[in-house]
Amino acid sequence: MIGNWLDIGPVDQIAPGTARTLPVRGGLDNEAREIAIFRTLNGEFHALVNQCPHKQGPLSQGIVHGGVVTCPLHNWNISLKTGEALGDGEDERGACVPVIPLRVDAGRIYLQRDAVLGQRPTAQAA
Amino acid sequence: MTQQAKQRLVVIGNGMAGCRAVEEILARDPGRYAITIFGAEPRVNYNRIMLSPVLAGEKQFADIVINGFEWYADNAITLVAGDAVAAIDRTAQTVIAQSGRAEPYDRLLIATGSDPFIIPVPGKDLAGVVTFRDLDDVDRMVAAADKGGSAVVIGGGLLGLEAAHGLSLRGMQVTVIHIMPTLMERQLDEAAGWLLKAELERRGQTIVTGGDTAEIVGEGGHVTAVRLKDGREFPADIVVMAVGIRPATGLGKAAGLEVERGILVDDHMVTSDPAIMAVGECVQHRGTCYGLVAPLWDMCRALADHATGQPTGYAGSVTSTKLKVSGIDLFSAGDFSGGDGAEDIVLRDAARGIYKRVVVRDDKLVGAVLYGDTADGSWYFDLLKKGEDIGDIREALIFGQAFAAGGALADPNSAVAALSDDAEICGCNGVSKGKVVATILQGACSLDAVRSQCKASASCGSCTGLVESLLAVTLGDAVATRASTLCKCTSFTHDDVRRLILEKSLKAIPQVLQELHWSTPDGCASCRPALNYYLLCAWPGEYEDDQRSRFVNERMHANIQKDGTYSVVPRMWGGLTNPRELRAIADVVEKFNAPMVKVTGGQRLDIFGIKKEDLPAVWADLNAAGMVSGHAYGKSLRTVKTCVGSEWCRFGTQDSTGLGVQIERMTWGSWMPHKFKIAVSGCPRNCAEATIKDFGVICVDSGYELHVGGNGGIKVRVTDLLHKVATEAQAMEVCAAFIQLYREQAHYLERTAPWVERVGLDHVKAALFDDPDAVGRLATRFRYSQQFMQDDPWAERAAGGHAELHQHLAEVRPLPFSPPTQTNAEFA
Ligand code: SRM
Ligand SMILES: Cc1cc2nc3c(=O)[nH]c(=O)nc-3n(C[C@H](O)[C@H](O)[C@H](O)COP(=O)(O)OP(=O)(O)OC[C@H]3O[C@@H](n4cnc5c(N)ncnc54)[C@H](O)[C@@H]3O)c2cc1C
Ligand code: SF4
Ligand code: FES
Repeated sequence: MIGNWLDIGPVDQIAPGTARTLPVRGGLDNEAREIAIFRTLNGEFHALVNQCPHKQGPLSQGIVHGGVVTCPLHNWNISLKTGEALGDGEDERGACVPVIPLRVDAGRIYLQRDAVLGQRPTAQAA
Repeated sequence: MTQQAKQRLVVIGNGMAGCRAVEEILARDPGRYAITIFGAEPRVNYNRIMLSPVLAGEKQFADIVINGFEWYADNAITLVAGDAVAAIDRTAQTVIAQSGRAEPYDRLLIATGSDPFIIPVPGKDLAGVVTFRDLDDVDRMVAAADKGGSAVVIGGGLLGLEAAHGLSLRGMQVTVIHIMPTLMERQLDEAAGWLLKAELERRGQTIVTGGDTAEIVGEGGHVTAVRLKDGREFPADIVVMAVGIRPATGLGKAAGLEVERGILVDDHMVTSDPAIMAVGECVQHRGTCYGLVAPLWDMCRALADHATGQPTGYAGSVTSTKLKVSGIDLFSAGDFSGGDGAEDIVLRDAARGIYKRVVVRDDKLVGAVLYGDTADGSWYFDLLKKGEDIGDIREALIFGQAFAAGGALADPNSAVAALSDDAEICGCNGVSKGKVVATILQGACSLDAVRSQCKASASCGSCTGLVESLLAVTLGDAVATRASTLCKCTSFTHDDVRRLILEKSLKAIPQVLQELHWSTPDGCASCRPALNYYLLCAWPGEYEDDQRSRFVNERMHANIQKDGTYSVVPRMWGGLTNPRELRAIADVVEKFNAPMVKVTGGQRLDIFGIKKEDLPAVWADLNAAGMVSGHAYGKSLRTVKTCVGSEWCRFGTQDSTGLGVQIERMTWGSWMPHKFKIAVSGCPRNCAEATIKDFGVICVDSGYELHVGGNGGIKVRVTDLLHKVATEAQAMEVCAAFIQLYREQAHYLERTAPWVERVGLDHVKAALFDDPDAVGRLATRFRYSQQFMQDDPWAERAAGGHAELHQHLAEVRPLPFSPPTQTNAEFA
């Protein structure tokens, strides 16, 4: 239901092949966090917590290709769909960044509120 | 049955869904309802999607009528055309039309479709600004076209492009303004979008991508032009707004039905009021609103089943898109975002302008984009909807149904072995199999050897696979492994790509990917930045830099730090500074409380810990004090270190400081294969460390020794002496020439040290000095390209350019949860 989805505005704010950021100033857990919203060159949208699983690099600043973003700090490749690091290096295997459920409707982007605020969807609704 | 006994069904909307729903009901139970249809349009039910051919002059209105008056009569349907319904009274179960006419209902069907979206810019209400939704719109456009002149279409989606096509067929000079970098970006990937753009431009349309409309300019109440935010202006006698549609939910909302983006319906197309159904573009089903006809047909079936007492239910639709522009074949369906688990299979045929891409996940086809040859579109769409297992036709899938029907591909090598000797292998250079095999037997035992000796696959590369098979068949294991390619997306080396960019005059990344048959749809993090540089270097002033293909430091014009903040290094010409600059830097450090400021190894100051949002403000302050970007972040000219030289030093032989400043003024801002560092020392004591720089000058009594290929970094390399000259002017000329040679010949991310070692100092000397004019020519090319490179990137950002790179999209604050504040207005 719509109440569970935050309207982030029109899709046209993010050009294909780029990302924009969405700071969350204190969620339900009062943790400040930043979310990166990506638009692939094919116009697909994905949202991840803006922290590389390697050393918290800001993924929003990486190069987007296919369904992947290459982290700006040490070039790990992160899947935009699953948040997993794609390399099979020692520390890459299993490394993963949280994905924020996102949907696009009638040209607008919606993020799942609970996830944005850092809560399991089951947790207390506001 | 008598009229009274019949239930009264009132339909609002005489369009595609409304009438199809009625047809479906009649087909099931003709006697069940007494039907009244209200239509705002003063005409019978017609095929809206055919308005495009009508605009294009390929069809008349008569040709696109679905149900003429006789249909209404034969089925005893009362048509109230040209009288829009103004309100629904749910308690009285009555609809009231504009004319005041009241019509009671037992069952109501809302099928009001959508309204075109109008971007809220000044001038949107001027005469001559039209939308593209119904026949009246078409009539307006045709009337305008008859007067000739120019048309601007805002919106490069399906609708906009079909409008543009129709208007240009009617002889208007058409400009399409699209806010995104890619046409039809919701249906096409970058590659197909580029092909489409190229074709439309070939047909004489002006296509402006990334164009953001600021204002529709008018005179005497009528539109005259459209102005973009970047100031560009395009003349217009008519402006067509085709930026999108909004479900027409007004009536439903006013009547208190549950409405979100569309009128909410269940799987039987029933709204929150059991007596009221809704169907078509005005509804929202399971969170989705549709803008195509195919889903309507499914909806109407489910609706009729329910309305006639055998409910089945609608489960949503998968949609596909075609563009109805004669001569352009284009198809897209499903999810083609690629990514993990998904395998992209790409087939490009530059000669025939074909791009095909299918996306496979877990042996199922999940998406397809076809350009130039859509014959297999419906087959792919079918596989996609049915979710069929394509495991055993995977290899053949991309070649289409006919091919796949022949079963999976045989082993490619034996297939090639079976070819006759005169079978053509390379179309571009007309090389037969016999010729290739002969070349291989004469000792060409690598792909590159074959390419250079008989030109097979040396042009577009689409026959690379065949040549490689021939190598394998002819030589077995003796095939030599080839020079490494630019990246995994291509079979070409850096040198191949640089050569072909010039030979085929390729001027855009998607064009390179298409013409050189890249195996990935949009390249990777290795090839995109390389191609961006190669194009920039090959076409100075012409090529438009692709920000998305740049590494973060170059996109942000600052060095990203481990904590995601940035460091800012303003240029200090030759290491010189003054109180004004130092004061400005001190002020910035305090104003933005930068945690650290440091003297760098490059003779300038580095301000650390600046947030991406603050960068433009920081730069504005530094600009105000006359400072520009130091490009400490770029594959570009970094620093020119100098020593004090003859002006102060008791050993100084020449004005090394002055020369260093002149050289930095000449070279700053130039993009290079890798970073490039220069130093000028006033005497052989070499206090500026000139002999570990990419280009180093050692001043001596008799003139200037010019050294190249030094590196003080990971692998220290002392420079080689390149040349000795007598005057400053000569020193600068050779410096410019050497840099240009490096820019034109080195591989991306190859510094001068490894480059000089790869090609050899003799090659560099020969290229510069064998022909007495060579230095002059290279230096001229360098200066020419510099005229486009030497505007300060910081100034552009400080003035608000690329704001989106620095601003957050929005911000979410703690409870209570108000939706985030948006940075942009809709579609703006
Ligand atoms: C700031 C500075 C260190 C300092 O505090 O002095 C510096 C800082 C960095 N250097 Fe450096 N280098 C700095 C002078 C040097 C020098 C000395 C010089 O230029 O005289 C060298 C050795 C000389 C040379 O380059 O040949 C140097 C050799 C490197 C290398 C190794 C290059 C190589 O070819 O081996 C790298 C890695 C690279 O570029 O790939 C590097 C990369 C970096 C990066 C950009 C690492 C990165 O990608 O983030 C550092 C950025 C920090 C930042 O945010 O500013 N830095 N770096 C110096 C800035 C100079 C300037 O004013 O622009
Ligand atoms: C130029 C053009 C080309 C298209 N091409 C394609 C294509 O190639 N493929 C594709 O799948 N789709 C295409 N479409 C989209 C397709 O036409 C729509 O999806 C389809 O028409 C939607 O049907 P509908 O009945 O929901 O809305 P409509 O067909 O718009 O019918 C709604 C009707 O309700 C009437 N109405 C609205 N409010 C009231 C009121 N208060 N009282 C009375 N009547 C009212 C309207 O006047 C309209 O006649 C195209 C659309 C256009 C405009
Ligand atoms: S030496 Fe290493 S750590 Fe120090 S600035 Fe250069 S790159 Fe960074
Ligand atoms: S922080 Fe992302 S790769 Fe290191």
